[in-house]
Amino acid sequence: MAVDNRPSNITVNCKAHLLEVDIIGDWLLDSQIPDLDLILAQFGDGTQFKKLVFSTESLGRWDSLLMTELIKLISYSEEKGISVDTKTLPSGIQGLLGLVFAVPERAGVRRQSIHISWLEIVGNSGLRLQSDVNALIVFIGNLTLSVFAFFRGKAHFRWVDLWRNVQDCGPSALPIITLISLLVGLILAFVGSVQLSLFGAQLYIADLVGLGMSREMGGLMTAVIMSGRTGAAYAAQLGTMQVNNEIDALETMGFDPMEFLVLPRVLALIFVMPLLCLYADLMGIIGGALVTVNFFEVSLVEYINRTINAIHMLDLSVGVFKCAVFGVLIALSGCMRGMQCGRSASEVGDATTSAVVTGIVFIVIADSLMTIICNRLGI
Amino acid sequence: MNSPCLSIKNMTMAYGNFIIQRDLDFTINRGDIFVIMGASGCGKSTLLMHLIGLHRPMSGDVFYGEESLWQADYKDRQRLLRQTGVLFQSGALLSSMTLAENVALPLTEHTRLGAQRIRQLVSYKLALVGLAGFEDYYPAELSGGMQKRAGLARAMALDPKILFFDEPSAGLDPVSAKLLDDLIRSLRDHLGATIVIVTHELASIFAIGTYSVFLDMETKTMIASGPPKQLLAESRDPKVLRFLTRGASESSNISAIKRQGHEIL
Repeated sequence: MAVDNRPSNITVNCKAHLLEVDIIGDWLLDSQIPDLDLILAQFGDGTQFKKLVFSTESLGRWDSLLMTELIKLISYSEEKGISVDTKTLPSGIQGLLGLVFAVPERAGVRRQSIHISWLEIVGNSGLRLQSDVNALIVFIGNLTLSVFAFFRGKAHFRWVDLWRNVQDCGPSALPIITLISLLVGLILAFVGSVQLSLFGAQLYIADLVGLGMSREMGGLMTAVIMSGRTGAAYAAQLGTMQVNNEIDALETMGFDPMEFLVLPRVLALIFVMPLLCLYADLMGIIGGALVTVNFFEVSLVEYINRTINAIHMLDLSVGVFKCAVFGVLIALSGCMRGMQCGRSASEVGDATTSAVVTGIVFIVIADSLMTIICNRLGI
Repeated sequence: MNSPCLSIKNMTMAYGNFIIQRDLDFTINRGDIFVIMGASGCGKSTLLMHLIGLHRPMSGDVFYGEESLWQADYKDRQRLLRQTGVLFQSGALLSSMTLAENVALPLTEHTRLGAQRIRQLVSYKLALVGLAGFEDYYPAELSGGMQKRAGLARAMALDPKILFFDEPSAGLDPVSAKLLDDLIRSLRDHLGATIVIVTHELASIFAIGTYSVFLDMETKTMIASGPPKQLLAESRDPKVLRFLTRGASESSNISAIKRQGHEIL
């Protein structure tokens, strides 16, 4: 049964010192209402009026809309020094007005929007960078201490946690590593073949893929995948634990969160990354072989022989070493952002994002440095 | 005043095959402050989930006025639920938004009001719960009690006819809890809303409850209903009495228990 809304209106009668405000009709959120500013304009400068009364005989249904208008009207009147008599309003409205004005706004609570100059923004980000670097150094220091404690056999953590972490970031990551590495090997082979087949040297695709995967791409791709997979997971886990006070609880029970939470995660990743790297190398070489054998008239045995001759132990070790370093960096950025997380849901999201970004930035910088060093040392 | 607002007919709730409560049958009248009580883990909050459309009952139904909630299709259900507001236990404010944005969210989504008007409504709702001036604060910057009141402001954004509260006084100091109780009662009086509260806070139950049901964990059904004070005075069920007297009914003398109960009041 739909009831038609009666049109709402508000009129003002001025009787000497008395203002009589008449509220008429239905005042509901979806109804058209008169502009209150026009009514307020009739108050003039307000000096000739002493008192404001309401008349609500023809008021129909009302909701929050009427309340906001009344609040505006009453606040305006009181500003002008007109005393407002609300006794003639319906009791519900009186009660709600009582609640609204019961707790006056505390001075200084409201926030002013502040203009910030660009110089200040630059300065602030500089300061933030400094505190970020400080936090990083402190974190690395604490982590180092717990690693020492671990080697002295004094670190407090549960071996179960370590194995669960190994399981999470090792075997569970194999499918995605398989897919990506196979495709990277495939791409390397195709890209190389364009040049090499120009002078009939298709056989050397095996060298290119083998060296490329073992020295560089195997480790790098593993690191990028693990940064998105495990680094993000670490940040989200630790961040949520921070939100739920779980980390505080561990501290009160006498556990160092660094040893109890961060250490098993870092150790697991350092342990697993080199293995994943070797696996990725193998997958990349298989991918390369698929392309070379199928499209470029090279037999599988030739390809395997060529690969064995091309890759030296040193190449593999460089790749694996790099990947172990990446593992440390991923675990570091993931755990650090997680531990630094604030206490709300949105901050867990921020922590996860910045863990992945920090992780990948660290990986790329470290990779370039190590490549330059290897090059200079002639490794 | 005594028209049914919400009726629960023969409802059985379950998670999978595990039955939480069976054969629930009661009516909430317009203008009631209806208390759903029971020991921890008896299914109070689960019942609330069923009433606000988050969880489908295993059998039975919930009626808003005459209309069935669970027979209705998705659109009708959304329309029915539009007239309700829910205050969750921890406020459940969206942490990435300011209080003003939190309260404005249902208004911008379900009405066609202008930005200026929404801002006024938001200020009004926040002033109602005593948070005038806190528009631009993020939930994390407020105390637990303030978060809860801000959650109430959001629950009231669309002028709901029924307001649900899940453990409103949990985690509040006695004075804040009392103030929240007073606020709930005056909102009921002035807005003419119906209030449904899930709680085991005895002080609140006796202070504001006008009617109640008691859910029992062992028999998995409701074992008592009525105004809380009347239950305390007249019920002969040891479980209900033990609950309403904070376990004082370990002694077998019922009149002694009742005396203790009245001392609590």
